[in-house]
Amino acid sequence: MKAFLILEDGNVFTGKSIGSTKEVISEIVFNTSMTGYLEVLTDPSYAGQAVVMTYPLIGNYGICYEDMESLQAWPDGYIVREIARKPSNFRSQDGIETFLLKHDIPGICDIDTRALTKILREKGTMNGMITTNENYNIEEVKAKLKAYTPAGVVKKVSRLNKTEYPADEGTDKGLHVALMDFGSKNNITRCLTKRGCHVTVYPAFTSAEEILASNPDGIMLSNGPGDPKECTSIIEEIKKLYQSDVPIFAICLGHQLMALANGADTHKMKYGHRGANHPVKDLATNRVYISSQNHGYVVDSSNLDEKIAKVSFVNVNDGTVEGLEYTGKKIFTVQFHPEACAGPKDSELLFNKFITMMEDCK
Amino acid sequence: MPKIEDIKKVLVIGSGPIVIGQAAEFDYAGTQACRSLKEEGIEVVLVNSNPATIMTDKDIADRVYIEPLNPEIVKQLIIKEKPDSVLPTLGGQAALNIAMELEECGFLKENNVRLIGTTSLTIKKAEDRLEFKTTMEKIGEPCAPSEVVTTVEAAIAFTNTIGYPVVIRPAYTLGGSGGGIAHDEEQLIDICSNGLRLSRVGQCLIERCIAGWKEVEYEVMRDSNGNCITVCNMENLDPVGVHTGDSIVVAPSQTLSDKEYQMLRSAALNIIDELKITGGCNVQFALHPTSFEYCVIEVNPRVSRSSALASKATGYPIAKVAAKIALGYTLDEIPNAITKKTYASFEPALDYVVVKIPRLPFDKFISAKRTLTTQMKATGEVMSICTNFEGALMKAIRSLEQHVDSLENTGLYDGFDKERILEELHKVDDRRIYAIAQALRLGITYEEIHDITQIDEWFIDKIAILVEMEEKLKASELTRELLLEAKKLEFPDKVIAKWTKKTEKEIKELRKEYNILASFKMVDTCAAEFAASTPYYYSCFDNENEVDAVKTKKKVLVLGSGPIRIGQGIEFDYCSVHSVWSLRRSGYETIIVNNNPETVSTDFDIADKLYFEPLTPEDVENIVDLEKPDGAVVQFGGQTAIKLTEALLKMGVPILGTSAENVDAAEDRELFDDILEECCIPRPSGKTVYTVEEALAAANELGYPVLVRPSYVLGGQGMQIAINDQDVKEFMGIINRIVQEHPILVDKYLMGKEVEVDAVCDGTDILIPGIMEHVERAGIHSGDSISVYPTQNISARTKKVIEEYTRKLAKSLHVIGLINIQFIVYQDEVYVIEVNPRSSRTVPYISKVTGIPIVDLASKVILGAKIKDLGYTPGLQKEADYVAVKMPVFSFEKLRGADISLGPEMKSTGECLGIAKNFNEALYKAFLGAGINLPKHKKMILTVKDADKIEAISVGRRFVDLGYTIYATRNTAKVLNENGVHAIAINKIEQESPNLMDLILEHEIDLVIDTPSQGAERSKDGFLIRRVSIETGVTCLTSLDTANALLTSLETAEADKKNLELIDIAKIK
Repeated sequence: MKAFLILEDGNVFTGKSIGSTKEVISEIVFNTSMTGYLEVLTDPSYAGQAVVMTYPLIGNYGICYEDMESLQAWPDGYIVREIARKPSNFRSQDGIETFLLKHDIPGICDIDTRALTKILREKGTMNGMITTNENYNIEEVKAKLKAYTPAGVVKKVSRLNKTEYPADEGTDKGLHVALMDFGSKNNITRCLTKRGCHVTVYPAFTSAEEILASNPDGIMLSNGPGDPKECTSIIEEIKKLYQSDVPIFAICLGHQLMALANGADTHKMKYGHRGANHPVKDLATNRVYISSQNHGYVVDSSNLDEKIAKVSFVNVNDGTVEGLEYTGKKIFTVQFHPEACAGPKDSELLFNKFITMMEDCK
Repeated sequence: MPKIEDIKKVLVIGSGPIVIGQAAEFDYAGTQACRSLKEEGIEVVLVNSNPATIMTDKDIADRVYIEPLNPEIVKQLIIKEKPDSVLPTLGGQAALNIAMELEECGFLKENNVRLIGTTSLTIKKAEDRLEFKTTMEKIGEPCAPSEVVTTVEAAIAFTNTIGYPVVIRPAYTLGGSGGGIAHDEEQLIDICSNGLRLSRVGQCLIERCIAGWKEVEYEVMRDSNGNCITVCNMENLDPVGVHTGDSIVVAPSQTLSDKEYQMLRSAALNIIDELKITGGCNVQFALHPTSFEYCVIEVNPRVSRSSALASKATGYPIAKVAAKIALGYTLDEIPNAITKKTYASFEPALDYVVVKIPRLPFDKFISAKRTLTTQMKATGEVMSICTNFEGALMKAIRSLEQHVDSLENTGLYDGFDKERILEELHKVDDRRIYAIAQALRLGITYEEIHDITQIDEWFIDKIAILVEMEEKLKASELTRELLLEAKKLEFPDKVIAKWTKKTEKEIKELRKEYNILASFKMVDTCAAEFAASTPYYYSCFDNENEVDAVKTKKKVLVLGSGPIRIGQGIEFDYCSVHSVWSLRRSGYETIIVNNNPETVSTDFDIADKLYFEPLTPEDVENIVDLEKPDGAVVQFGGQTAIKLTEALLKMGVPILGTSAENVDAAEDRELFDDILEECCIPRPSGKTVYTVEEALAAANELGYPVLVRPSYVLGGQGMQIAINDQDVKEFMGIINRIVQEHPILVDKYLMGKEVEVDAVCDGTDILIPGIMEHVERAGIHSGDSISVYPTQNISARTKKVIEEYTRKLAKSLHVIGLINIQFIVYQDEVYVIEVNPRSSRTVPYISKVTGIPIVDLASKVILGAKIKDLGYTPGLQKEADYVAVKMPVFSFEKLRGADISLGPEMKSTGECLGIAKNFNEALYKAFLGAGINLPKHKKMILTVKDADKIEAISVGRRFVDLGYTIYATRNTAKVLNENGVHAIAINKIEQESPNLMDLILEHEIDLVIDTPSQGAERSKDGFLIRRVSIETGVTCLTSLDTANALLTSLETAEADKKNLELIDIAKIK
């Protein structure tokens, strides 16, 4: 069946429908990872967005369910050039089309994803519609697309109930980490449990009091979707967590929220950073790490008081803030994803830093 | 970190002659690195014995030495030039080995020279089998169970503990030379004893055979600050067991999940960090197909063939960045030359698929074993880029120029039933993908194919998609949809026409009607994330075209020479690149089309635009339609480019330089004969024929011996000397295996002196930089002959005649640009044997030794300049102050079963040059450069055909005078002894032991001279002697002329040891 991707600027791509045939409007973003399509599909940070994969061959190694980064697929839509007819990998359990159908995600394939990416790069992230309806009215669709703003995505992705994850067998360090789930990827928990931490994952809207009452050795603020400024009530709670002396490590949305809680600003980037090849530089050592990234907003450090926090990591390509170290506090935050999945594990050692921090406070 | 301040003068070591396993990629890497160093204000001294390279040009380095690559010479050079640093990581294994030796003996330290780009400790850890294993164990990276052995007994003992099959890898050899897989003790003894001898340190690694696992490579970079990145990963379609140089390779990996990809990536970075590499490095892994188990196969602590491929596949200039890192820069300080917005510290993201296919030399060596093993056999490779795997594979297949345009390899499997195809699938050779396609056509399942070949089913499915398209085209109506689908899979119009029973023209017209046109995408390192302005393009059938074809100045299309193969090597890339540079300087916009990832011409900053495409009429036309060039230059790209002449004219593109009719006149026997007659130039009499009967009639009329060859070929492909009817029948049969579009030539064979000339002609005047003389008499291909400039044995009168003939020929062929003419001087008479109105193999070397920039002049002449206006006096130029000897270099030890005897068909893979003030020293240097440095035993075997027996006497006497003991077969020994040359008679191979074979296998023989009898008389015995000597690493000569030259060289060495004068050719004007 034919499918159409209609962009806010009036560009239309005609391809083949994959997955669900339902019509969807979403923000269109692109990801440049060459592997890890399932991790991308199950990353809650993609809630409210439809993802274009710039790598042309998707589904080559099928679906290995154990590689899912959350319990379900989150993007509103999936846009690719080619779907593998014969997935092949010893762990593969399904084809990607089946997966999309199962999770009711509409998609489009057989389009020039490079041309699409270039539009997004030049004009910036924009809204789009994936539809199988050939009789769309372009003007009506454009008006609808202009009017659309994704909202409430953190609420959508965060879990409803507190969950406990014990440390991996034989590793227990007696450390208890409270992880605030704004759309957390599973591997954050795994990175902690395999380092001997007991992890309690809290829903996004848990109060600071409740978390602190459990006497955690450390708090993690997870990644998540959407505009950080929308999360006003969460920011209030984070202010309280900041006041405590509990070590805090925050990733992505968590990093942005901590910055907002401390007077910094955030703004939307033209087309964001999404991929597995972003170089970030540790300003303390000048070491460059290749990182996995997925963010459309970035912290603006210009009105952040150096007495409160200092930039610790920057992006080598565009100089944007990639990490903050809070002065006089046991708090450090990063914009990129040290938990990888998909992507390189070069910066996973930040979890070690967090563990040391917690151990030092114990 | 900023660059290290006290690096001012760097010696770069090149890789020497092109051999299998060490090809043009090091010219690419070296050239890029030298330019990168010069950019930083460093004075660059370069040494490389290979004159056909671009890196040995005076505009690439400040001081250029074309000298033999061995530790002694490099020591002398260091003393002469006093560099403060040596950069050895860009000249392949050859350079690395020399650097190691200089470091280990303390020479570098004594002379205050530092190694940059690596340390000896790093090299040792990566290259020494034992150290490597220990290092890997230390950091927890698994290697296949293995042991380093120094004796065959130890190899057997160890293998008995881990079980057969095992892989044998000799230490410090290139291209896996001497290695192999042994399935039983006999094979183990055979391979291991050979490997121990070939290894520089007498070590072999015996390791658990992991054949059948997935083979995956990572190209990684690291700087002195410990920053590590992966440039690219690649997956071999052929599982472990086939050398990666002989495998079909795809980038990036296709069948690895992110978990596997990241696991191996982390391992690669872990390894490069432990080895403390500063620069580029290649890590090869074997990945178990059904678990996460993996083994590190090999680490190359330097740039390599794979890194050249990775550079071209991603756009990331590895060699350039490696050179900057060697100077102390860190990755985050080096700008990305493609995006100009990002830095070298990022990992390229691809939004296309790259396929590499090796170019194997089995068309040249019909008797060679086609089986692919862990020892590399390919002479070159092609790369292609497309938005899907199928398309990339199809493009790569036709880029090979092996008369195959699709997965249907016509005639190969005609009439094969399932059983026979299953048998074929068991053969691990270069035809395996065609066998798979055929198996799929016969309904054999993916599982069965996978079980036999271990090739991942993802790849098998892709081949199936291509096979299904053949079916669809055959069975369905050719709708727009179907045609588009076929074009997206990169089916050429010709193939579509065949399946749909239409003509190629009809398909083309249909495409235009349907608006199905090729569009071009940019290679930008970042999957379009950042705007890039790199003019590096590939085609696909998509909507959006990214090429800005707006014309600001006149445009010239320069056609490259495709994959490196025997007969068409790096010299044509040299010519193409120089022509591009010259045209650019003359104010033209240059567009290069080529498909060889190893070359300088496919570097993105050589021409104004680079199209990485197959060199077929259809692919070139797609570019022409878009760019509308004002002209095309075909005379620099070898036969590959010349072959496109007719097609270009049909597209309406004017050929700049010599016109197509005149190119044709030189190749067309009848037209050419007319011209010769007009000019009163004699040639050996000959005929053109099509059939065996005609050939026999011609041969008998001319009288044997005769030369038989197809027209329009390069490197004497298919050319043979026939001495009787039987030979003619056999050779015609071989030639006619491929349908000939042009007639076959039968010529009288004259055994005279061969002389060669390259000249530039502007339509009025000619410029001959020099005349070259061959050491071997006619009958041996010019590419395989030792060639000397200036001539040593040609009279002034003959030179005049040659100059006159050259002028006449150039004028009557209306040559504009380059012409290459081969003459025979026979009984004081000059005959023309071949005229090529294009650049030749000798152009780079003659340019360098005379200091006359031939390609530049030819390019200017093509654009309308006159020789007189370019500051040159027409005619034969004054002889240079130096003598240059070009020595062919062979790769026979890599090609089991190939006959090494020299003849009219070219067999050498590369060449080196000896330059000196006099002939003897130049000759000595040339032999040294070719690695013929006879060792200690001073024992040799001499066995010659009857016709050579008299000449053999003086050869024998000279060897005896040098202290050699001669063993000779009975008849040869008899003649020698009767003439006072002491020789020990020895049994032939088929006779009882002790015989020749035993003698060679005892490893006490330095040299074998075996002159084979021609034609059907060729004995099996001679073939065996030659093979055995090559495979045991003994120098083997098959012509007495070569033997005499070697004697001169040895006598020179005796008389004048060590006092070699090193010559900076950058100073030759």
